[in-house]
Amino acid sequence: MSIRAENLTYVYGAGTALEQYALKDVSFEIPDGQFVGLIGHTGSGKSTLIQHLNGLIKPAGGTVYYDGTDIYSEGFSLKELRSKVGLVFQYPEHQLFEVDVFSDVCYGPRNLGLAKEEVDQRAREALKQVGLKEKYWDQSPFELSGGQKRRVAIAGVLAMDPKVLILDEPTAGLDPKGRDEILEEIRQLHKERGMSIVLVSHSMEDIARYADRLMVMSHGEKVFDGTPREVFEHYRELEAIGLAAPQVTYIVHELKERGVPLDEGITTVEEAKEAVLGLLGSPLGACL
Amino acid sequence: MIRDITLGQFYPVDSVIHRMDPRTKLFGTMAFIISLFLADHIGAYVVATGFLALAVRLSKVPFSFIIRGLKAVMVILLISVSFNLFLTDGQVLFRLGFLKVTREGLRMSCFMGLRLIYLVIGSSIMTLTTTPNQLTDGMEKSLGFLKAVKVPVHEISMMMSIALRFIPILVEETDKIMKAQMARGADFDSGNLIQKAKSMVPLLVPLFISAFRRATDLAMAMEARCYRGGEGRTKMKPLRYDRRDRLAYGFCGIYLAVMAGLRVAL
Repeated sequence: MSIRAENLTYVYGAGTALEQYALKDVSFEIPDGQFVGLIGHTGSGKSTLIQHLNGLIKPAGGTVYYDGTDIYSEGFSLKELRSKVGLVFQYPEHQLFEVDVFSDVCYGPRNLGLAKEEVDQRAREALKQVGLKEKYWDQSPFELSGGQKRRVAIAGVLAMDPKVLILDEPTAGLDPKGRDEILEEIRQLHKERGMSIVLVSHSMEDIARYADRLMVMSHGEKVFDGTPREVFEHYRELEAIGLAAPQVTYIVHELKERGVPLDEGITTVEEAKEAVLGLLGSPLGACL
Repeated sequence: MIRDITLGQFYPVDSVIHRMDPRTKLFGTMAFIISLFLADHIGAYVVATGFLALAVRLSKVPFSFIIRGLKAVMVILLISVSFNLFLTDGQVLFRLGFLKVTREGLRMSCFMGLRLIYLVIGSSIMTLTTTPNQLTDGMEKSLGFLKAVKVPVHEISMMMSIALRFIPILVEETDKIMKAQMARGADFDSGNLIQKAKSMVPLLVPLFISAFRRATDLAMAMEARCYRGGEGRTKMKPLRYDRRDRLAYGFCGIYLAVMAGLRVAL
């Protein structure tokens, strides 16, 4: 179920003095089962871009194809698209409204017009998937902790059984433990259910660890697109647009400059550890 | 759709009227409104038109932008004009079925229509050239005398400026929650009235919660900066009358006198 964006352009306040491009001629294709990281500074057009992918906003130019069909063409069911392309907004816990957790998760599948058993089944599965214990299911979502609320909200989108899951900074405002748990669950969804994932994040470390591919946005344009390894090679250009590579990339580059023969494409601490240990074990390591 | 309402919106340009003290603009607007109710002769309307045209010109706000505010009152305008047109007794000009149009009715409805339009344009000029904060500042200062009779003037104006400040925030919030629920398959447009009302629950509950959360945060932030009401509070930019304000007061005074004179003389 590939998503293909073609020359997407979006303008805020068209025709007024405050006209501003949020997206300029952005094209890409996300094939089935890919884990894509999307980064960019605040106001670079990331959020605008992902809202096009499930048809929440209409572009000023260009279009989006889902599985080869133009999603803005006449007669295309956007509701159906939204069940296949799940979008989790920033701070998704702000959208919770039901009296208990379970009914809130049921909201999505119920909107799809499914039978009650099917709805319940999907809600149970989704809640298990995000690792929320059963004792919380009939509590009010407003009594839960921040991390738990976030899980309920993500489960609310998962219960629609999407093929593609887009998450806008799902870890913003969570503590390190909560962050790692949520990212781990996303990775599981990717691995076990073969979902395509688009993860918007400010953390280069997270992106380097999880994503197969990295897209970088700046001022409404896509400036880099490649594997994290390829993109982080350009760390100086990334800095120029207000971003940075993972910290470990800087250490590796610094070590290399001082004569330690490390691979420059290292993007995670684990890789760096292996490489350094490998060197230490080798005859060359003896002279370090 | 909510963004189209120009009544009560600020238009950011630099003009003499923008730089005036908000109190001057408040009293000027009040003088203009009073003068409209004094006017009942064509001559008086000519003077009022001149005054209004001058104000529009000086404000540097595009006329087409000001006119947009009229859309909101179009229905009221049409109702009051047609009531006056058809329901005034007097010398019959012509009949339309059971409706009759009289000379007096025609005159009344023309004046009534003009009066309403001028009222909206006049007050729009004030809000378009004054930021909401300036406006409440001006009100607080000019209504200060009411404190003597235990009216909490400062509290009221603070509430007003906070309420005004929250409007764009809540509009944005509504948009965000709406999109989030649409991403979960919500449908806000179709269905009958009851279904539509029901579909509003997933929108309104989070909206209320977020409004309360923001209000608590704001109260906390104000307290953290030692806010404890208006007693003894000084201003960073105290309101001060300038030469242009004195001139404007003089001009508005003369205008009001002329209008009153016309009322008595004609």
